[in-house]
Amino acid sequence: MTREKLVVIGNGMAGCRAVQEVLKRDPDRYEITIFGAEPRVNYDRIMLSPVLAGEKAFEDIVINDEAWYAQNRITLHTGCTVEGIDLTQRVIQVAGQQAWPYDKLILATGSEPIRLPLPGSDLSGVVTFRDLDDVGAMITASANPDSRAVVIGGGLLGIEAAYGLSKRGMKATVVHLMDVLMERQLDASASFLLTEALAQKGVETVLEAQSEAIEGKDGKVTGLRLKDGRVLPCDLLVMAVGIRPSAGLAKAAGLEVNRGVVVDDGLRTSDPAVFAIGECVEHRGQCYGLVAPIWDMCRTLGEALTAGTGAYEGSALSTRLKVSGVDVFSAGKHLGGEGCEDIVFRDAGRGVYKRIVLEDGKVAGAVLFGDAADGAWYFDLMRSGQPVGDIRETLVFGQAATEGLRGLDPSAAVAAMADTAEVCGCNGVCKGEIVNAITGQGLTTLETVRAVTKASASCGTCTPLVEKLLKLSLGDAFQAQSGPKPVCGCTGHGHDEVRRRIVAEDLRSIPAAMQALEWATPDGCSTCRPALNYYLLCAWPEGYRDDRQSRFINERVHANIQKDGTYSVVPRMWGGVTSAAELRAIADVVDKFAIPTVKCTGGQRIDLLGVKKDDLPAVWSDLNAAGMVSGHAYGKALRTVKTCVGTDWCRFGTQDSTGLGVRLEKFMWGSWTPAKVKLGISGCPRNCSEATCKDIGVICVDSGYEIHVGGAAGLHIRGTEILTKVATEEEAIWTICAVAQSYRETAWYLERIYKWMDRLGIEWIRAQVADPADRKALYDRFAYSQRFYRIDPWAERVAGRDSHEFNPLSRRMEMAPA
Amino acid sequence: MNALVLDPIAWTDVGAVTDVPVRGARRVPTPTGDVAIFRTGDGQVFALVDRCPHKGGPLSNGIVHGHAVACPLHNWSISLATGHPLGADAGKGCAPTVPLQIRDGRIYLGQP
Repeated sequence: MTREKLVVIGNGMAGCRAVQEVLKRDPDRYEITIFGAEPRVNYDRIMLSPVLAGEKAFEDIVINDEAWYAQNRITLHTGCTVEGIDLTQRVIQVAGQQAWPYDKLILATGSEPIRLPLPGSDLSGVVTFRDLDDVGAMITASANPDSRAVVIGGGLLGIEAAYGLSKRGMKATVVHLMDVLMERQLDASASFLLTEALAQKGVETVLEAQSEAIEGKDGKVTGLRLKDGRVLPCDLLVMAVGIRPSAGLAKAAGLEVNRGVVVDDGLRTSDPAVFAIGECVEHRGQCYGLVAPIWDMCRTLGEALTAGTGAYEGSALSTRLKVSGVDVFSAGKHLGGEGCEDIVFRDAGRGVYKRIVLEDGKVAGAVLFGDAADGAWYFDLMRSGQPVGDIRETLVFGQAATEGLRGLDPSAAVAAMADTAEVCGCNGVCKGEIVNAITGQGLTTLETVRAVTKASASCGTCTPLVEKLLKLSLGDAFQAQSGPKPVCGCTGHGHDEVRRRIVAEDLRSIPAAMQALEWATPDGCSTCRPALNYYLLCAWPEGYRDDRQSRFINERVHANIQKDGTYSVVPRMWGGVTSAAELRAIADVVDKFAIPTVKCTGGQRIDLLGVKKDDLPAVWSDLNAAGMVSGHAYGKALRTVKTCVGTDWCRFGTQDSTGLGVRLEKFMWGSWTPAKVKLGISGCPRNCSEATCKDIGVICVDSGYEIHVGGAAGLHIRGTEILTKVATEEEAIWTICAVAQSYRETAWYLERIYKWMDRLGIEWIRAQVADPADRKALYDRFAYSQRFYRIDPWAERVAGRDSHEFNPLSRRMEMAPA
Repeated sequence: MNALVLDPIAWTDVGAVTDVPVRGARRVPTPTGDVAIFRTGDGQVFALVDRCPHKGGPLSNGIVHGHAVACPLHNWSISLATGHPLGADAGKGCAPTVPLQIRDGRIYLGQP
């Protein structure tokens, strides 16, 4: 009996696997011929990364050797270009051969790497990362000592390429357009950890970088130039920016092609005798670039070609990064979204981050970093769509902690946990140890369990579990305890703990702090982000990169938002003193920008209300030109120093209160503080500048200066308390700056000075500044910080900084459509 | 009945995704008021009418966290996907969503 002719175009993973699936079901049905473009047998393309890294050899990744083709009576043509398909004659045209007939044709032409059309992309040393030839070229390039590589593309493939090159001894840099590596698989938190892990492996990452041109000399690549002007020198440039289905052959033959070759659920193209599988395919509008869907498709095709049944309904996707020692897994809706709920677990000690996304009580996605052992389990839960409400409590701890608990209510589930099940992942404490400690040592509170066993003492994620164990063991005798109030719902840590650990653990960015402190949300909230940003800039005045997106709008645009979305502008008037020239400039600005309201403030300033946001830089420019700078009337910062006229004019004045106020303000302006800070300096006890209801006040007397702290005249009315009395103006300035610095270093974000004083006590504050050496140390730290912050933010923005803040994204929709 | 069955949305290219700061927003003026375009920490882009359902605050000036924005006036948390207030203020009106497409790194906006 003559067998049907089955012809496969493509000797890659899809083509060969499809043939295997057919042979498995009916080995004698077809006479099989495979045409491959690469001059070699079939190999596992996804293992090219380990070959590049030198962790595997080509022989290790061959899937089917020549003997396999022979045994299965498959004719293999390698290094062969198929030039056309004649659908009516059912033949294919092969370069240098006669037409080749088929009864059934499988297209498995795969995909091709996208080459960015950058100037210089034709230089020698510019490669893609797709096949063994690319790997060969990369290995050759890496053989030169001190050679450098730049990889464009921070996706899976780009990172694997950079890692491989780095292992081969090259200095490798990944350049990525987005601010998150592998953004299709990871969230910002996991990307941050990946960046760190890669840095440890010698791979540098440059995020948010747009490539502009490839530079070269004598026809060879020498570097990559970015849009911002930076040039990254390199001897090898790898483009790993994505793939595009290879559908040209199908299109030329007249088959239906969109992005890829369009197939139905039976993997049949628009011609009933032609099938397509793998990366060249578009199925239900989706193109795939991962291996699991290809295996699914091949199984379906095997069924279809032997039994005539089988349907492919699309694949759920999961990804693992193949970089040794960096465990990364991602699946499904890794970013969550509307109607989704996140369970986040971080273990700073082990560098672990897990995010499980739930939707309708089922697992909808997962991102695992540092410990991806349970990836397959989460993926199974996701694909099976089973409800996980009953194992929610332990879900994030993985399969081992959860097994055997299904179908039980939460406390029964905890009761049913094995004694050896780990409860606290950070400190490796299992259930048995905790229960023994509770019953054996008579513990009744969460705090004592923490102290004795260390369970829940680090990240606090297992606190609910430990509390349940207390409840189970003690019954009604247990009452939930409260520790320090957490910063917000994103963390169990209080402000003090966060501040302490930022300094102790040398945490210098918001993502670093969130990871080390095991934040329970991926990127915090509007409560914790401004707090963290302040704590970081206070701890690291030099070098901390302010995270503007973690600031309230007023501090972002350096003006005060009003109820109608306009802004108020308050120029600084040192000590409340102004001049005719300043007043004239203010009047001109009011006229020029038609500012509706001009009003005096309680802090001796002039407030311009109703300024349009887009006008702000121009308003500031005019005020700057007259010598005025930002008054910081919008900030958690030094606001005003209110003064009376003192010995300059007043017949009762005892000291130069105006001069002291101006000196203080000129030294302290620009400093960021936990909440707003207002000063008042009165030249005598009649106290015309109301210094005794300010955050810090001075009452001048004949014999010197009384320093007051902790006043308030807002939500609460509070008189100040006297901190100390000093004899000279110099000492007054040292003391005030030392108190301000102590407040900056120890207060909780948004805690006014009077509340800080209530919490720590006037005696404690006094003790900080009593010893001249301590006072000087505080003063010096304040002065050091001021080196970086005594800068006019208005002038910076007049010069163009953050211009996007003041300009619309586009004016193209301003007019009504025609 | 459906008199117009052509593409019902006239798309306007309003700029590149990268022109919107991560965890930030930009605004696009239209004859009926501003539209706020948000870009979240995970790189997704959303568009809402730039008015908080509470007191009309410009949401484009708020702090973006997760898939929500905190209104700059009174700190209501608004879902970027639906425009509905979250948490304690759920159910109190909404900032309408605006049709949006991303193609080749560009943002295309429909009429609000």
